[in-house]
Amino acid sequence: MKRSLEWRYLLLQNPLTLAALVVFILVVLCAIFAPWLTPYDPFASDTANSLQAPSAAHWFGTDQLGRDMFSRVLMGTRMDLGIAIAAVFLAAAIGTFLGACAGFYGGYVDTAVGRGVDIIMAFPLFVLAMAIVAALGNSVANVVYASAIINMPFYVRVVRSEILVLKGAGFVEAARLCGNSNSRILWSQLLPNVSAPLVVQMSLNMGWSMLNAASLSFVGLGIRPPSPEWGIMVAEGAQYIISGQWWVALFPGLALTLVVLCFNLLGDGLRDIIDPRRRT
Amino acid sequence: MQNTFFTLISRRLLGAIPSLFAVIVVTFVIMRLLPGDPAAFFAGAAATEEAIAQIRTQLGLDESMFQQFWIYLQALAQGDMGRSFTTGQPVTTDLLERLPASLELTLLGLVMAIVVGLPLGILAATRPNSWIDHLCRLLTTSGVCLPTFFTGLVLIYIFYYLLGWAPAPMGRLDLFSSPPDKVTGFYLIDSLLMGDWELFNSALAQLILPAITLGLFALAPLARMTRAGLLGVLNSDFIRTAHANGLPRHVILLSYALRNTLLPVINTMGMVFSYLLGINVLVEKVFAWPGVGSYALEALMASDYSPVQGFVLAIAVLYVLLNLTVDLTCSLIDPRMEAAR
Repeated sequence: MKRSLEWRYLLLQNPLTLAALVVFILVVLCAIFAPWLTPYDPFASDTANSLQAPSAAHWFGTDQLGRDMFSRVLMGTRMDLGIAIAAVFLAAAIGTFLGACAGFYGGYVDTAVGRGVDIIMAFPLFVLAMAIVAALGNSVANVVYASAIINMPFYVRVVRSEILVLKGAGFVEAARLCGNSNSRILWSQLLPNVSAPLVVQMSLNMGWSMLNAASLSFVGLGIRPPSPEWGIMVAEGAQYIISGQWWVALFPGLALTLVVLCFNLLGDGLRDIIDPRRRT
Repeated sequence: MQNTFFTLISRRLLGAIPSLFAVIVVTFVIMRLLPGDPAAFFAGAAATEEAIAQIRTQLGLDESMFQQFWIYLQALAQGDMGRSFTTGQPVTTDLLERLPASLELTLLGLVMAIVVGLPLGILAATRPNSWIDHLCRLLTTSGVCLPTFFTGLVLIYIFYYLLGWAPAPMGRLDLFSSPPDKVTGFYLIDSLLMGDWELFNSALAQLILPAITLGLFALAPLARMTRAGLLGVLNSDFIRTAHANGLPRHVILLSYALRNTLLPVINTMGMVFSYLLGINVLVEKVFAWPGVGSYALEALMASDYSPVQGFVLAIAVLYVLLNLTVDLTCSLIDPRMEAAR
């Protein structure tokens, strides 16, 4: 009870975070219920009505094939949100495992993990993601893997440095004296203590990873048309920008910006709540 | 001073060799996984089986992976990055031709971000909770959320289609101008060297929208870092002492506080620049900019691996040089960094 009151107080103190939370919940609901909310079939083309400006019938207008942009943007929420969440969780899981091992065991493990991370960081990250998707083939799963790989180093670093500080603490010694094994100490004593910075890192990472996935499909890698995905939709709309049909690119682009903004505000808010010292 | 500088540089360059080598290996492996058969691509659609096999032997594609890598390394040591199937030119030539376009764009974007971001951060830090602080927060929060490819399109729509101020987003120069004599490869500098103001204006007009697109993205981390760093420094004891000693405000701000803030800001600048080099691919696609990013992207789509390998290697080398510059600048600003080495 007390805990929930505290949260409510903190959220009311940060109206921006509260607003971001509300938008986030709306976006998640959109993603879940998208198939039932769309007024038109997002794949159904209607060439007689191609490139119509926004109207009462088509709120966001129609694209070059006459598909309803509102339905497509709504369906895109699913794809983009899904990829971002999957990529961030995958990156966090692998990164935490590697970072925890590196920080806890040190020595060769630490050196090996450190080298691996350095190699990834020596690449221009977006270009590395492009190359991975191109090599593995164009599929949603490969976009997730590529995003996870380029995000992983940040988790390794965060978790490793936290574990390095924590592993000398008294409660770890106490757990060891009680006869706990290394893996048990790591799992039940250290990892719960790392969860706070980890959650902050994940929420800050979510928006970035979403931008990455959309950028990949914008350049034509990963998800293929006619999938309703925001990056592809902006790319398809790009050719009509110079002839004045702004709506094809604008609405998916705005949706992407809005969701990323909301993730970043949430991340900042979470950081302020969990760890006020790191506020910038 | 001179001596420590040289040891520092050589030590850093030597230290970068393993990671550069790792980049070469990883890129080589990834590129060999690309779908499609380069030999078939090179031979053309009407080629017979024998012709394809012959080209495969010619390209060394029937050797083992290790053998191919060894051949690649030997060529690389002589500055030969292979040949692009799509342009038919050596990759080194292509890259050298296109690198100035990308660098000019990225540097101008970074300069714009610095010119706006640093003062904004300083103003925000010295006047916390004023309107300029809120403006700074708004810009830094929204700047990182804007997808660069989308910002570019919005700018094109507003400034080209609606207002007609900007030229068509079709590369580095409009159709009627011819490029300046090549000295640096940067059109802005080369046209000035020729004394051709018309050409300079034309090049600048083409450059300004993509540069703003990159600059908007780079602005956020810079302004944010400046504000945060300066706020921290302004609250420290030595600033209070300086105030108590009656030093004028601008002296305290510029020569005491700012110098201490510059370290994290320059580190951020290095990070931002390296990130911009990657994001260049997107901006170059939107503005049909003939830089290395769009070159690599086209090659990647055609499974033409030599240009991609060359591009990644070139960017990785740029990273190393960039980090070196950042460290050297930091040790110039803060002599303690030198002692710590």
